[in-house]
Amino acid sequence: MEKTDAALKVENLRKVYAKDGKKAGTEALKGVSLTIRSGEFFALLGPNGAGKSTIIGILSGLVTKTEGLAEVNGLSIDTYPEKAKSFIGLVPQEFNFDIFEKVINIVLNQAGYYGIPRAEALPRAEKVLKDLGLWEKKDSTAQALSGGMKRRLMIARALVHEPAILLLDEPTAGVDVELRRGMWDFLRELNESGTTIVLTTHYLEEAEMLASRVAIINKGQIIEEGSVKELLTKLNFVTLLLDTTEPVKDATMHLLRELKLERIDETTLKLTLKPGETVNDAIRKIAATGIQIANVRNSGSRLEEVFVNLIEKDT
Amino acid sequence: MTRSPILIGFYTMVRKDFRRIVRIWSQTLLPPAITMALYFAIFGTFIGSQVDAIHGFPYIQFIVPGLIMMSVITSSYMNTVSTFYFAKWIRTIDEILVSPMPSWVVIAGFVSGGLIRAFLVGLIVIGVSLFFTHLTLFSVGVIFAAAFLTALLFSLLGLINAIFAKSFDAINIVPTFVLTPLTYLGGVFYSIDQLPPLFQTVSLFNPILYMVNAFRYGFLGISDVPLSLAFEVMGGLTLLAFIVTIILFKRGAGLKQ
Ligand SMILES: Nc1ncnc2c1ncn2[C@@H]1O[C@H](COP(=O)(O)OP(=O)(O)O)[C@@H](O)[C@H]1O
Ligand SMILES: [Mg+2]
Repeated sequence: MEKTDAALKVENLRKVYAKDGKKAGTEALKGVSLTIRSGEFFALLGPNGAGKSTIIGILSGLVTKTEGLAEVNGLSIDTYPEKAKSFIGLVPQEFNFDIFEKVINIVLNQAGYYGIPRAEALPRAEKVLKDLGLWEKKDSTAQALSGGMKRRLMIARALVHEPAILLLDEPTAGVDVELRRGMWDFLRELNESGTTIVLTTHYLEEAEMLASRVAIINKGQIIEEGSVKELLTKLNFVTLLLDTTEPVKDATMHLLRELKLERIDETTLKLTLKPGETVNDAIRKIAATGIQIANVRNSGSRLEEVFVNLIEKDT
Repeated sequence: MTRSPILIGFYTMVRKDFRRIVRIWSQTLLPPAITMALYFAIFGTFIGSQVDAIHGFPYIQFIVPGLIMMSVITSSYMNTVSTFYFAKWIRTIDEILVSPMPSWVVIAGFVSGGLIRAFLVGLIVIGVSLFFTHLTLFSVGVIFAAAFLTALLFSLLGLINAIFAKSFDAINIVPTFVLTPLTYLGGVFYSIDQLPPLFQTVSLFNPILYMVNAFRYGFLGISDVPLSLAFEVMGGLTLLAFIVTIILFKRGAGLKQ
């Protein structure tokens, strides 16, 4: 066996979902190859239906692959399914616990399924529930939890067997901004303490904030992969927001049609520089039409531009 | 390692289901007690008093073993079909599928739930029957062996049903259209000696006949079919059901996409 420090590795992964009644089978993955190193914080970024959950499902043993290779810590999931599973903790996209069960039992049962004796499971459950701010709720049934708490319960459940690799499928969907930041801090700490993390998201800021490496997936194919920094420099996108002193007229916009310029509202323009174009050039052209620029701002998520652009190119 | 992780996983599944069975006792344990009390009262006492003895036993004594078996069959089947289908439906089954427990342990876990419920219900129904008649024990070993094999078989069949089921309707079709008729025709209420020859022959193709008769033999020492054949049928079918379940699990049929 080849010695490798890859925590997860997939090669030419294909997945065709079986036909459902009249609906033809969907080819959800069209040959995906990825290597995620041990200790990495990796984000799988892509729009809805890109195939993110399918990859996570295959790695965690919930979805059967059609073709290709998948390894966890160098062990093939076909040859050593049980051993491979023992390394992984999964936080699925949809809630999937028994809502009539008590919070503490959900975590303890999961520990049991992973073969952890009760005496050891109890302190572990206490720790993960405390870490995720759910200890006070330990005797509530899961249905009594708020949406954000349910998410955190799924994280606690996934961590009770102290997995080396944590897979999170859109963990912050439906979680409000404040809690989301709390969750980010928690995941960052977890990663710093050595857990390999793979997180899927269609939420760009999340990938940018957390991940050291990102793969962008669209329609079952990886279209870009690298560090966040690499992705940004590679695509060299700069987007600026310009506040004008007066409303910009349609006619003026027409004059400036050679620029990649968008009117966000009457007095705000969004300027995206094309490769090779300088800020100076663009501003001079805009000013030449008589527009007074009061202020120039950096537009929010730069990765978003990369992302949207890549996906547009791909379609 | 003090205890095997596999045993811990198995024990976790069993405890969870045991607690569920007890927690919702009014759905799991009470209904068979009521139904069987009605059967004992109506068929055994009211009608039975006007029916001739069968093989020298009063009618109520003759039907009690069959009715206990009927509740064992129903409760084991219903337990696995409903827990497994429910787990599939709300996807808690994923908690188990992502864990390193091998398929056969997962099957054993679900099946044990069916066995436990069948055992509890069996005891309760025996208790209820004592209000209507006294029980003779001919062979406790045969009683246990027949009840165990039957509960095991129907727990597995419930699991297979749930694996294929795509709706709640689908988990009721088999109990209603297959199990109940086969049980009624399986010699619970009569000895097949009393049937015309053609129906005697047809009855021999009904596997439940063998279970009911073996079980009844344990109480009364009488059987319409040879005891060894009865155990061969039960053992063979159980083994077959186990193999089918294992194959389905390995393939992830109805579980994995
Ligand atoms: N169980 C399923 N049966 C059939 N098609 C599916 C199933 N699950 C997902 N798909 C299809 O596969 C594609 C990828 O889905 P998914 O992996 O869930 O994407 P994502 O998680 O990126 O939103 C989509 O086109 C989706 O409709
Ligand atoms: Mg998804």
